[in-house]
Order: sequence, then structure tokens, then C-alpha cells
Amino acid sequence: MGPIRRLGHSLVISLWFMFLTFPIMVPKVDTIEKTVQWRWDNLLYVGAGSFFLSLLWRFLLERKERGPFRAAEQEKKPVAPTWADRLRGNPRALRSVVVILALAVCIFPFLPFVTTYQVNILTNAILYIMLGLGLNIVVGLAGLLHLGYVAFYAVGAYTYALLYYHFGVGFWTALPLGALLATLFGVLLGFPILRLRGDYLAIVTLGFGEITRLVLENWGEFTFGPSGIAGIPRPGLFGMEMNLHEVTIYIYFLMVGLCLATIFVVRRLQDSRIGRAWVALREDEIACEAMGVDTRMAKLTAFALGSTWAGLAGVVFAAKTTFVNPASFTFLESAMILSIVVLGGMGSIAGVALGALILILTPEYLRAFSEYRMLAFGVIMVLMMVFRPQGIVTGVRRVYTYTRKGQDGKET
Amino acid sequence: MDYFLELFFGGLTRGSIYALIALGYTMVYGIIELINFAHGEIYMIASFTALIVSSLLALQGMTGPAVLLLTAAAAIIFAAAHGFTVEKVAYKPLRQAPRLSPLISAIGMSIFLQNYVMLAQTSDFLPFPNLLPDLPFVAEYLPFLGATEFFIIVTTALVMVGLTLLIKFTRMGKAMRATAQDRNMAMLVGVDINRTISNTFIIGSALAAVGGVLIASHIGRINFYIGFIAGIKAFTAAVLGGIGSIPGAVLGALVLGWTESFATGYVSSDYEDVFAFVLLVLILIVRPSGLLGRPAVQKV
Repeated sequence: MGPIRRLGHSLVISLWFMFLTFPIMVPKVDTIEKTVQWRWDNLLYVGAGSFFLSLLWRFLLERKERGPFRAAEQEKKPVAPTWADRLRGNPRALRSVVVILALAVCIFPFLPFVTTYQVNILTNAILYIMLGLGLNIVVGLAGLLHLGYVAFYAVGAYTYALLYYHFGVGFWTALPLGALLATLFGVLLGFPILRLRGDYLAIVTLGFGEITRLVLENWGEFTFGPSGIAGIPRPGLFGMEMNLHEVTIYIYFLMVGLCLATIFVVRRLQDSRIGRAWVALREDEIACEAMGVDTRMAKLTAFALGSTWAGLAGVVFAAKTTFVNPASFTFLESAMILSIVVLGGMGSIAGVALGALILILTPEYLRAFSEYRMLAFGVIMVLMMVFRPQGIVTGVRRVYTYTRKGQDGKET
Repeated sequence: MDYFLELFFGGLTRGSIYALIALGYTMVYGIIELINFAHGEIYMIASFTALIVSSLLALQGMTGPAVLLLTAAAAIIFAAAHGFTVEKVAYKPLRQAPRLSPLISAIGMSIFLQNYVMLAQTSDFLPFPNLLPDLPFVAEYLPFLGATEFFIIVTTALVMVGLTLLIKFTRMGKAMRATAQDRNMAMLVGVDINRTISNTFIIGSALAAVGGVLIASHIGRINFYIGFIAGIKAFTAAVLGGIGSIPGAVLGALVLGWTESFATGYVSSDYEDVFAFVLLVLILIVRPSGLLGRPAVQKV
């Protein structure tokens, strides 16, 4: 396409968007005062913005189509994948990166300029890494689209809250109990949906998440309704007295420990028999079944093990905020965790960690733009899918090369 | 008995509106196998457009059925335009991508549209004027049925008939059915796939706009978040009836409407939304492909 036609095309698009956004962007009617505010300047922004964005959009799309493989690697954030690939091939560099990261994580809360607030934010991000890794088992590895993940998170949080309220159970007892109960719920949900495929599964899990939230909201006698449960104690350490800053740091390290445990287990799971069964299930259910994998069992374990981490994270969440109510467990939260997995790169642990850090930390440090944060969030999700569907870090697939005598059957 | 009839028609009204929205889901799903999560948002945008247009007209001193007609026309046009644009931006580049990608793109689109309306307009609930005509003869013959409810049911029925005729007898409808059956084959026999898909989005969005104007008039208030729950309910209805099947969507919507109406009337109103999901889970356990859906044959 010639440059003149290209510009003309973008002009048409910009006119179209000006028309499209007109009723929402320009007039603002006050129905009580009976006045209209005409915001014509918005029209100008939309027109100019869509003109340039459409040029950029087409440029990026064409680049993606020209070389599906190479262009995809150079698109958007060109450093991350090549960088990650190079790291993967070099175990020594990888080790030093891990050591530096570990040191940074350990030193961070003791740095002089780091406040309690900042430690808290990072703890929060790590919590989401854990949630992301848990959901990654279900979505990234087993390929089951789960839209109600937050229900299990809620189960964990309420387990601790209610057990403490009624029986005075402590954090360390509630932690395994919360995980266990969430797992149980995972199995409970897993059974009816074993027969469902793809999108039906998505909507049933979504329904399950909503049911859980609505029950928490309406079953006042048991869950204390929308007002929630307050005064949940923070975790203790052998009865030591700690001030707020110390407790925050303690929870931070607790979270780091739990997160490392999660990474360890997920890594092990990935390469285990069951992990490979999940990947097979994701790639092709029928072929997987034909190869003798018990798909029912694989789905059930994926749900159960995925929920376990949500339960653990839920207990920590309740202990960290000392307060739970149903408003923390909306569909948006599920969507957030899902986008962490997708944005980071499905099936890749480093990707999920990176996704969680980006999605949780960026809005925290961009408080000034907090109004636009969800807007940007939606845009990023769409752009990411259009231009880089595999996520920031591409999950590595193990490739086994088949070699016959004298013939190198290298296939990928 | 009066209470029963009241609930029955309440459920029918509810179901009609769900059906209007559910049709958009089911048609899009039938043709490109995508849950269009942004569909609820299209319905929300239609309501907002209707509110703005009707307020502007009211400020000009206009009254009567002309307001309803102009408002509905504006809502339908803008909803259709949004549906068309959403498809071009968020779904068309992803047609060859793995199944999960367009779905996530759709969720992103839905979040974007919600926040766009919230930022450009307001996050508060806005009162929506009752645009539907007051039909005095309804109260005379059908005492348990409000005039607006009667209007909603009749409008929906007419729209359904129109849609059926469109799909059964027009060239466009034929192309849509062919594409839904087998996209590649339809392409081979000369159906313009891109246009057919765009048409599906336009028609689905227009139906949602009709639903949006009706329900907003009925309930009397809107905010940027109404699309989400309505979308979920409508999608539930579409799945209930068997997604991809047009009569299924209508049946599913009616079943859902009645379930909610009777359950809230006779059991408890706190759990209104729970019933919908419980019904969905139960039906999918018994019939994984929905009430009227054909069991999906997996080809290797």
C-alpha cells in the first residue's frame, strides 16, 4: 500500500472512531440539573489519537504477518524473549542471575529507603505470583480455562477467618487446613465439569466463582455478609512481640518462602508424569486419551492442585490484611490472575512471576494514573493477544529429538 | 394464582430480554466459536447512548413515541457500530490464533469498554426515563401484567420473528448459516467470510441494543457495570439452550427467566443470581451440550 493510501485509510478510520465515540465522549448530560456539557475537545483527541494509532497498528500487524516467527520475537518488548532464551542456554549466567535476584529479595526490606508500605506492595506482588503459578497449572499446563479461580482464594481466606473467629485457630494451623479445604473444593468443582469442554468449562467455572461470592455475601449468619470479618491476627513467630514494620517484614519473608516452595513444586510437577499428561491434555485431548492418559484424572488433579495454591494464598491474604469480605473476591480478581498468566506467558514460571510483578507493581507506582489503570489493563490484554499471543516469556516446550542410526531426525 | 401469574409474566419479561442479548452470543459463537465477552458491554453502551440521546431530545422539548423511535434508532446504530469495530480490532487479527487468545482479548475488550464509559461518563447510577408507551388497554384485559412488560414481550416476539425470517430466507442469512456450518467450505462456494462475520456482529449488537433500551426503561437506572451481569446471565441462557443454536438461546433465556422469577418469588430473593448459575451447572451435568444443542462431534 502506498503512503498516500495509507494516510487516507487512517483518516477514514479516525473519522469512524470520532463518529463511534461521539455519544459517549462528547455530550455529558446531567439529568437532575437538566444541563448538557459538550466536550468537543475530546473529539479532537479521539480523532488525532486514532489516526496515529491506526498507522502504528497496521505497521505492527504487517510486521507480524511478514515473518510470523521472527517478527513475533521482535515485536513490542523485544528484549525479553531473546534475553530469556540466551539465559536459558547459559547455565552459569542463569545461576548468577538467580543469586543476584535472591540477594536482592533478601536485602530489599532492610534497605534504608524502603518503607513498610513498599514491603507491603512487594508482598502483595509475591502473593499474586503464587496465585498466578497456581492458576498456571490449570490454564497454562492443562489448558483448562478457569474463570472462577478466585473462589478458592476466598475459601482459603475464609477458612482462616472463620476458624479463628469460632475456635481461635492460629495461622500455622489454618495454613494447611485452608489449602486442604481449597483442594477439596477444587475436586468438588472438578467432578461435574469433567465432561465439559472448552467454553462450557469456562462459563461453569465463572458461575462457580460467582456463586461462591454471592453465598459469602448473603449467608449472613455464617460469613457475616458483606461487612466481612475483621480482627484476624497476623501470623506469629514463637510468641515473639513484633511491631508493625517487623510483622510486615516477617510476612514478606514468609511469602517469599511460600512462593519458593510453590515454584519448586510446580517445576517438579511440570516434569513429572502428571505434568506431561497435562501438557498432552492441553495440546490435544483426543490424542492424549488415545495415548492412554486418564484425562479425567488429569483434569481433576489439575483442578485440585491449582486450587491448593489459591487456598494457601488465601490464608496468607487474610493474615496479611487482618480483614476479609466478599468484595475482595470478585470476577475482576479472577480476570486479573488470568491476565497475569496470559501476559507473562502461559506455562512459564518466569513469565508468570514477571507478569505478576508488572501487573501489580505498575499500578501501585502509577497511583497518579490510577483512574486509567483498568482502562490500560484492558488495552494491554487486547494488544498482547493481537501482537504477542504467547506472552512476555515464551514457555519452553521440551523437544525430544528422535534419532535413527545415521540419520539425524531433528524435528521441532 | 394471581401471584403465580405475576411471577410467570415477570419471568417471561426477564426471559425475553435475556433472549435478546443471548442471541448475540449464540450467533457469534455459532459462526466463529468465540465467547464474545464484550457483548454485555455493547448492551451497556447501547443503554448509555439511549440515555444520552433521550435526555438530549427531552431537553429540546420533544415528547411522545418519537423520542422512543429516535432513541432506539440511535442505540441500535451505535451498538452495531461498536460490535463491528470490536470485531475488527480485537477478534479479526486473532482468527488463526489458538482458542484461548481471542477469549482473553474479549475479556480485555470488556474491561476496556467498561472503564471507557466509566471515565467518559460517570460511575454513578443514572436514572433512565421510561420511554415505553403506556398502553391503557393492557391493564384492562391483563390485570397482572404491566404495560411496559407487555410492550417488552411483544417487541421481543416481533424481533424474534424478524430474525428468523432474516436467517431463513435472505441471502445474508443463508451465508451466515453456511459459515456457521463449515467456514472453509462456505469460503469455497463463494461466501464472503469477513463480511458475513461482520454482519453477525452487527445483527447481534443491534439485538442487544433493543434489549438494552427495553430493560433500561423497565428497570429505570443504569451504570457502566450493568453489562457484566446481564452478559453473564445471557451467556448462561445461551449455554443452557445449547450454544450456537438460535431457538436454543430463546428457550434457554425463557427457562432462565422463569427459574429466577419463581425462585425469587417462592424461595428467597437474596440468592437471585445464585439460582441462575446453579441451574446452569445442573443442566450442563445432565446435558453437556445444552437443551437444544447437538452434541459436539470431535473430529480428529
